[in-house]
Amino acid sequence: MSTSEKPAEPVPYMRRSRAYYEAQGFERAYRYAHHDAAPFAPLPRPLSECTVGLVTTASTYPRASLEPRRVVSSPTRPAPDKLFADDLSWDKQATHLDDLNSYFPIDHLQTEAAAGFIGTLAQRFHCAPTEYSQRATSEKDAPELHRRLLQDEADVALLIPL
Amino acid sequence: MPTVIIGSALDIVEHCGVPRFLFVDFPLGNPCGRPGDAAMQKRIVRQGLELFETADTGQTTIYCAESWGSDEWRERYMEVTEGNRAELARKGDELRQRRADRQRRP
Repeated sequence: MSTSEKPAEPVPYMRRSRAYYEAQGFERAYRYAHHDAAPFAPLPRPLSECTVGLVTTASTYPRASLEPRRVVSSPTRPAPDKLFADDLSWDKQATHLDDLNSYFPIDHLQTEAAAGFIGTLAQRFHCAPTEYSQRATSEKDAPELHRRLLQDEADVALLIPL
Repeated sequence: MPTVIIGSALDIVEHCGVPRFLFVDFPLGNPCGRPGDAAMQKRIVRQGLELFETADTGQTTIYCAESWGSDEWRERYMEVTEGNRAELARKGDELRQRRADRQRRP
């Protein structure tokens, strides 16, 4: 097999970002969240009867990079025209976010609901704030997201980080 | 509540440990498919939804077979080179200054 045919390796983001932030002069490396086990909740009923909640790391408004972030919720119908994510780390050289459904597949989920593959799409979607604080995420934002998903009577949640 | 993550940072998500993960090996930003390719996006979303029913244990990762079509982005993202090292150091200083200014605000 020639080099060009070799399957590509996934990008080592943790290693890459460590070197990048070191080059920026940050002395302490970012510690990524780590759990030895992940709680597994089985599906309560067939997916075709489930209300699906949708959670994104994009935002309904343009956030400044150092602005405090909070959970924001918005209706799924009508679908938003656009979302905002310039403050997040994604590959701005390689791609763009002009096509909402490439990272927030709201039209495809409505199609799956109409086709009966899922029960329905929840009435609201939620924007998860990506704080650089694991404590804020696990003690404040995740419980708030869960509370709102339950309010929406979501049975399951589809989480799509950029 | 059962969850599925559709995402593109394999090492970060697996290091975290999540119940169900569809790994889409694309540049960060479009985990649901290439912009403008609705057919691909539908396939990826469908594969993600299927994981709700097919996964039977935590930390299940499925590799999505869709291809971005090129590989140049893999090396370029967050690349540190002799050519950008000084610029990165300058940006780091700028960021630290902005953070310090913000903390000093009443």
